[in-house]
Amino acid sequence: MRPALEATGLGVRRRRTWALRDCSLSVPAGRVAALVGPNGAGKTTLMHAAVGLLRPALGSVRVAGEAAFVAQDKPLYESFTVAEMLIFGRRMNTRWDDAAAAGRLAGLGIPLERKVSGLSGGQQAQVAVTLALASRPDLLVLDEPLANLDPLARHDVMRSIMAEVAGRELTVLLSSHVVSDLEETCDWLIVLNGGRLQVSGDIEELLDKHLVLTGPHEASAAGTQMVSASRTGRQVSMLVRGAPPLDPRWQARRPGLDELVMGYLRSPESAVLPHLAGVDA
Amino acid sequence: MIEFNLDRGSGVSTYLQLVHQVKQALRLGTLRPGDQLPTAREVVESLAINPNTVLKAYRELEREGLVEGRPGMGTFVRQGIAGATLAEHTRLRRGLEAWVREARAAGLDQEDLRALFTVVLADAAREGVA
Repeated sequence: MRPALEATGLGVRRRRTWALRDCSLSVPAGRVAALVGPNGAGKTTLMHAAVGLLRPALGSVRVAGEAAFVAQDKPLYESFTVAEMLIFGRRMNTRWDDAAAAGRLAGLGIPLERKVSGLSGGQQAQVAVTLALASRPDLLVLDEPLANLDPLARHDVMRSIMAEVAGRELTVLLSSHVVSDLEETCDWLIVLNGGRLQVSGDIEELLDKHLVLTGPHEASAAGTQMVSASRTGRQVSMLVRGAPPLDPRWQARRPGLDELVMGYLRSPESAVLPHLAGVDA
Repeated sequence: MIEFNLDRGSGVSTYLQLVHQVKQALRLGTLRPGDQLPTAREVVESLAINPNTVLKAYRELEREGLVEGRPGMGTFVRQGIAGATLAEHTRLRRGLEAWVREARAAGLDQEDLRALFTVVLADAAREGVA
């Protein structure tokens, strides 16, 4: 199947430094991809390049079909009513499903006559996502859609996005700082760090091929490939790739998504990427 | 009809939790042959999880012959889990209760019991006993 999003050797310059460098990845259609990394990692840059808001200095990025983008600051006009935002969206887009948008807002209990400024943060996020979906995109790109939302609103926004994915062929790329928000909802992980791509892959597969090992520091972890390690006194705790080591002093378990992400972010030189498949197989 | 819920801190993957809950409902008779499972959309709308997770759980249940997907209609329960299981359950539960009493008498507390049980379960899974 054709990937929904594909970057090849993508490089973006920001003034005299690289905001994104040597980035090659491919996200299959129908996935919900989590884009994580610290501030300045290049997440927004990758999203902007994907939706055509900036031109790469090197390489290319391709979207199969149409992309819709919701920027982090939820770009809505405060003085507009929700209905006026819908009219605005209809005039700005060639593809537009007004009935679906109105139906979605009704389902969410957001009144059309209410001014944007009178909506809660969660409702504003829902309106921004609804407007993006009304253009019937093949790829929905959301920059920090959950930032500044309370836990209930975060849950509601994710619920409605997941329902959209269940309803039709839609690929989602969303960035977040909070990995726990992504654990249940995303099935593809992209980790960026300092403008470099560290991880891109299916989350279940990634978790299956990594282990958290805990044991005495002199124990042998031969046969595994270390991603990162932390040592406390005589005990060491490591994130590794590969089969459980033979040394019986190790306690081995499957990592959680947050442990996997943190492990890679702590050692920027580690990477698990599709085109390195031959190396870590 | 079954309503799923998630134990997010359990460390058990989400799709397995869904599989276990359907099996549990089949054992208890709250789900019976012919009953329909909620659609992927219904599940994700209540739990905010990835729809592929629901589909994976349903595929697993289908593979085990417990449910069947009818195109355009939904996923339906094909067969219950054999009635004898309930009696077996009661018997095994009695045995486990006796073991817990014995372990308590030996001075193990709640945490010790849990740790021991988890280790034995994990070992059994590795050796292919369970």
